[in-house]
Amino acid sequence: MCCGASREQHLTRKKQELATMSGKPILHYFDGRGRMEPIRWLLAAAGVEFEEKFMKTREDLQKLRNDGDLMFQQVPLVEIDGMKLVQTKAIMNYIAMKYNLYGKDMKERALIDMYSEGVADLNDMVISYPYLPPAEKEASLANLKDKARNRYFPAFEKVLKSHGQDYLVGNKLSKADVSLVQVIYHTEELDSSVMANFPLLKALRTRVSNLPTVKKFLQPGSKRKPSEDEKRIEEIKKIFS
Amino acid sequence: MSGKPILHYFDGRGRMEPIRWLLAAAGVEFEEKFMKTREDLQKLRNDGDLMFQQVPMVEIDGMKLVQTGAILSYIASKYNLYGKDMKERALIDMYTEGIADLNEIVLIYPFLPSEKKEASLSNIKDKARNRYFPAFEKVLKSHGQDYLVGNKLSKADVYLVVILYHVEELDSGIMANFPLLKALRTRVSNLPTVKKFLEPGGKRKPFEDEKCVKIVKNIFQLN
Repeated sequence: MCCGASREQHLTRKKQELATMSGKPILHYFDGRGRMEPIRWLLAAAGVEFEEKFMKTREDLQKLRNDGDLMFQQVPLVEIDGMKLVQTKAIMNYIAMKYNLYGKDMKERALIDMYSEGVADLNDMVISYPYLPPAEKEASLANLKDKARNRYFPAFEKVLKSHGQDYLVGNKLSKADVSLVQVIYHTEELDSSVMANFPLLKALRTRVSNLPTVKKFLQPGSKRKPSEDEKRIEEIKKIFS
Repeated sequence: MSGKPILHYFDGRGRMEPIRWLLAAAGVEFEEKFMKTREDLQKLRNDGDLMFQQVPMVEIDGMKLVQTGAILSYIASKYNLYGKDMKERALIDMYTEGIADLNEIVLIYPFLPSEKKEASLSNIKDKARNRYFPAFEKVLKSHGQDYLVGNKLSKADVYLVVILYHVEELDSGIMANFPLLKALRTRVSNLPTVKKFLEPGGKRKPFEDEKCVKIVKNIFQLN
C-alpha cells in the first residue's frame, strides 16, 4: 500500500474519493451555521446535493488535523472534485465558477467579489455573535445593527436601485445575491425590523427564496441550519478550545 | 481610462501593500493618492467613492473597487496571475486566503498599543513558524516546481513573498527553516518587474514608523 496506510485506511480513502468523484461534495464542519452556512446556501442554490460529516468533539477536529486534511489546521473543509479545499472564500469561488454563479466576465466577477466580501464582513459579525461572552453581547449587537442599517444594506439597496434589475450583477443570479440573502435572513433574526427601509433588498430576498432550489433548501428537512442554541454553543466551544 | 490604476490609501503598507506588489509583479505602473488627515477619508466617503466607506480603494478600468480580495482577484485575472483553469484558481485562492489570514495579524502589529505588542508578536511567530510557512514549504516540496501552482507565477506566490519579507522583519531567523520558501522568495524578487519595485525609489512601503502610525491613528480615529 502507498504511504504506509493500512488496508482499511486505503479503502476508506478510496470510498471517499469515489464519493467526491461521483459528484457529491463532502462538507466537514460542526452541526451548526458558523462559516459553513454560506457554502451550504450556495451549493443549495446551485442545486448541488452534498454530504456532511459533523465534528462533535475535539478529537474529531484532531483527527482531521492528524490526517493532514486541513491545510491550515482549520475548518470549513470541503472535499470536492478530488480536492480538499479549505478557506471559505476559496470554496465559494470554486462553487460559483463551476455552477455559473460568477458573472459573465472579469469585470462582473470584480463586482461580485466586491459585494461578496462586503457581505462576508457583515456575516463575520453575525457568526461571532452567539459565541461572545454575555458582557460583550450588547455592544456587539449594537455595532452589528448599526453596520447593517447604515453601511451594508444601504450599499446594496443603492446597487439594486441604480440599475433596477432583478439581481446585483449582470441581471443574473450570482454568489453575491445568495450570500446577501443569507445574511439578510440571519441579521433579521437579531434585528427584526432591519428590513423596513430596504424595499429592493426585500424584493431580492423574496425572488431568491422562490427559486426552486432555494425554496427546497428553506423548507423543513433540508440541510439549512438553525441559529445555534446555548447547548450547541457550549459543545462547539469545546471542539475549538 | 488612460490605463494607470489609482490607489487610494495612506502612505504605508496596511492592506494596500499586497496590491502594490501584485501590480508591480504584473509590470503595471500605478498612481497613488495618499490620505493624510481624517478629512481626506471623509471626502472619499462623501464623494460616494467607497462602497462600504472603507479603503483600500483602487480606480481601475472605470471601476472604483474596494475590498482587498476583490482587487487582488481582478488584477490577477487581468494579468494572467490566476492559473490556467478553475481548479488551479481554487488552489491559488486557498493559498492566498491562508496568507491573508497571517497578514491580518502582521499588518496590524505596528498599530497596537505597546502593552499588546509582545503577545501579538509571539502569536505571529507561532502561526508563521508552525502553521503557515510549513504548509507552503510542503506544497513546494510536494511538486518540486518553481511556483506554488501550475509551474507558473500567480497572485499566491507574490502575496506569499510579501509575507515572507514582512514576517522576517519581526522574526529574523525564521527563513532558516524553510529553504524552498527562501528559494521562491529569491526567484520572485529577481523577476525584472519585482526587482525594480524593490529598489530605492520603487513604490514598496517601509515598515510603519511612529510618524506614520500617528497619522493613520488620526485618520481612522484609533486608540
